[in-house]
Amino acid sequence: MTLSSRQLINTALLAFLALLPFFTDWVGDSFYTGLVARILILAIAALSLNLLIGYGGMVSFGHAAFVGVGAYVVGIGTFHAFEDGVDWMMNGYIQLAFALLVSAVVALTIGAISLRTRGVYFIMITMAFSQMLYFSAVGVETYGADDGLSIYSRSDMLGLIDLNDEKSLYYLIFVSLLLVLFLMHRLIGSAFGNVIRGSKSNEARMRAIGFSPYKYRLTAFVIAGTIAGYAGFLMANLNDFVSPDMMHWTRSGDLIIMILLGGMASLFGPLYGALAFLMLEELLSSIPLTIGGLHVGEYWQLIFGPLLILVVLYARNGVDSFLPGARKGS
Amino acid sequence: MNWLLLLEQILNGFQLGLLLFLLAAGLTLVFGIMDMVNLAHGSLYMMGAYFCATFTGWTGSFLIGALLTLPAVFILGVVVEIVALRTLYARDHLDQVMATFGLILFFNEATRLIWGPIGLAIPLPDFLNQTVEIIPGVPYPAFRLAIIITGFLVAGLLYFIVSRTKLGMLIRAGASNRDMIGALGINIRLLFTLVFGLGAALAGLAGLMAGPILSVEIGMGESILILTLVVIVIGGIGSIKGAFIAAILIGLIDTVGRSFLPEILDLILPSQTAATAAPAISSMMIYLLMALVLAIKPQGLFPPKGVGQ
Amino acid sequence: MTEQDLLSVEKLVKRYGGLLATDDLSLSVREGELHAIIGPNGAGKTTLIKQLTGEIPSDSGKITFAGQNLKRLSEPGRSHIGLARSFQITSLFQEFTVLENVCLAVQAHNGHSFRFWKKVNKDKNLTDPALDILRRIGLEQRADTAAANLSHGEQRQLEIAVALATKPKLLLLDEPMAGMSKEDSERLVERLIELKSRHTILLVEHDMDAVFSLADRISVLVYGRAIATGTPDEIRNNDDVRQAYLGEEA
Repeated sequence: MTLSSRQLINTALLAFLALLPFFTDWVGDSFYTGLVARILILAIAALSLNLLIGYGGMVSFGHAAFVGVGAYVVGIGTFHAFEDGVDWMMNGYIQLAFALLVSAVVALTIGAISLRTRGVYFIMITMAFSQMLYFSAVGVETYGADDGLSIYSRSDMLGLIDLNDEKSLYYLIFVSLLLVLFLMHRLIGSAFGNVIRGSKSNEARMRAIGFSPYKYRLTAFVIAGTIAGYAGFLMANLNDFVSPDMMHWTRSGDLIIMILLGGMASLFGPLYGALAFLMLEELLSSIPLTIGGLHVGEYWQLIFGPLLILVVLYARNGVDSFLPGARKGS
Repeated sequence: MNWLLLLEQILNGFQLGLLLFLLAAGLTLVFGIMDMVNLAHGSLYMMGAYFCATFTGWTGSFLIGALLTLPAVFILGVVVEIVALRTLYARDHLDQVMATFGLILFFNEATRLIWGPIGLAIPLPDFLNQTVEIIPGVPYPAFRLAIIITGFLVAGLLYFIVSRTKLGMLIRAGASNRDMIGALGINIRLLFTLVFGLGAALAGLAGLMAGPILSVEIGMGESILILTLVVIVIGGIGSIKGAFIAAILIGLIDTVGRSFLPEILDLILPSQTAATAAPAISSMMIYLLMALVLAIKPQGLFPPKGVGQ
Repeated sequence: MTEQDLLSVEKLVKRYGGLLATDDLSLSVREGELHAIIGPNGAGKTTLIKQLTGEIPSDSGKITFAGQNLKRLSEPGRSHIGLARSFQITSLFQEFTVLENVCLAVQAHNGHSFRFWKKVNKDKNLTDPALDILRRIGLEQRADTAAANLSHGEQRQLEIAVALATKPKLLLLDEPMAGMSKEDSERLVERLIELKSRHTILLVEHDMDAVFSLADRISVLVYGRAIATGTPDEIRNNDDVRQAYLGEEA
């Protein structure tokens, strides 16, 4: 099997990510392992959202809510295990099962109502639902309201893997990313993926040839929400902390930015986008330039905002359009 | 139940509703005519508040400050339209959402750079900074009353413009059939710029009126933006009438709900549960309303003709 | 409705505000025939097609297809009992290849699509019938070209191929020759003659040469009403038709 230059680049990236903890061991600074782990989790969430936006044309503006739901399951479980001595709520597998189940049920509910609408209405109603979840998290005093919940102990995976070990956690995240990438690859090429892509391309014709897109779209919505819930499970363990801010609509906006920066039309796009997004943040905020006593880096969004507009206007496919073998046009 | 409190809360509801209407009117027109999602509308509201705080500081008078703010925000809106948004009309909603999201980041950061991270206060003149008795024995802040009166006046003026003037005719034609105004040989670019500027000025007006009550701070635009989006989606995108009704509805439900929901919940739930659930439920209420409306009428309460087919 | 009618339309009405787009229209299509509908612009031909497929609801009247009342059947549902349509304004999956376009239509009639894992473009159950149709319609050379990169004439051919892939009992063709060059039209007429031997077809078309050479029967629509139905010869000699329609052309 021969690889195209694009596949080579993708493989090189994955190889780099696989070896990263050893590099940082060697340098003796584990800060970057944590940063990259965060990027990879966000990439998982962005990948799931790209099933909706990039392949399905469903611009969901509330995806961060599912990440929050998954994360809160871990937070709430740990909370009761510590406060009320309910030991089974520490069990990582039970937490994981609930994280997936609850985010799936929430996605089913939100999707069932939202997918009745189109266009701008869909964007707005998904945003509104995510704000509902955000405000309910803000409102619940028991679970820390505004301040969120600290997670005193990471999910207990019963000795199979120790999440307290940063390297083990990193590899769990990395392998999860690989699995999600592979899952997306199969999903997009399947009969189901065909219907999702067809419904984005031409819904009227889909109906005319005998498809009812609604139930397929709803299924995609639930799949994407569940994967995002999984990302939340990982995020809670990485940060040792959950807060309503994870579900704020601007976090959903960040996920869309990642998709846009990476390029919607490609499988790897969201991964590149997540990398680009957080790298840009790191890079811009450390610009060593001082004008009239002001550190430019401190006001990095002053550059990032217009940059985003420029990407939208002139580099529609983001990072993807700079990689070899990019699809022209579209 | 405390009837005087209810009356006060209803007035507060109108006040919030009318503020929301000022924002929603501009946004729904831009949506309806140009098919453009503009998330940065909240930033123009924020700029209205900051401009007014600055001008009031310079001139020492809130009224003069306010009068200077309106043209300033109008001009800012026109500049933003020409520099950044014009090219986006033909793009899909995703592009518009992202580009205007970028604008929000820019405005927030620019504000922090210029005015600093700490919020500002807008001092009110004495005649607004007092209470008046709306009915004997019921004092109500004069400034809030002024907001209500201004809100109704602007709503009336807007109704007049949209239903009785040539500009309004073009706006209505544009909201229901975008191709038609082109066919009429109207300079669409100019019309769009004007409408956008008008919407910006209305947002600025809302911002300068909200400034003295809430605090003038970075990010004030985002929270109200979401409320405004809820309003126009419930009202039906492109419909001024829908925006007005939905804005008042949301204002009332949010304000009255927040103050009376705990009592109502207390009647049906154990008091412990009611006390915990009330704050969460009251901030969720308007979103529940929106979900309900869209579940029944996916195009909002008053879908403009030509869009709803 | 008689035994041999595949489709019968009785007293169909569609109103747009004060405008009657379909006005008490009755019409039937017999099993195996090619029934053409002609009429001046604005006669309500495309509206009728949309009512038949269920894209727009009818205000009143009854549509019976293959012995079944269509009233409660959705647009996808009607496709599943054998109604297929081609679009007047080309409506394809532009970024899909020619083969993928046809495969998607085959897939729609090949059980549910909640299959998440197996690669769909290697599924012989889809590609074999799709290639077969492309061969019949003369597009097999272009199977791997994106629909967006086809010429106008080829897009019109693909338009019909997609409709054919749903294994229809009745093919509704809405101006298949719209915007075609003379040579392309002539070639398409050849294809339609071949199709005619296998399918019942309801053809809406402006190209009179094509209509009169292909049709078994013709109905003339004016302002949402069928003013005449008959063989090409009968229509040619019908006074009402000459006055209402051919007269207008002159």
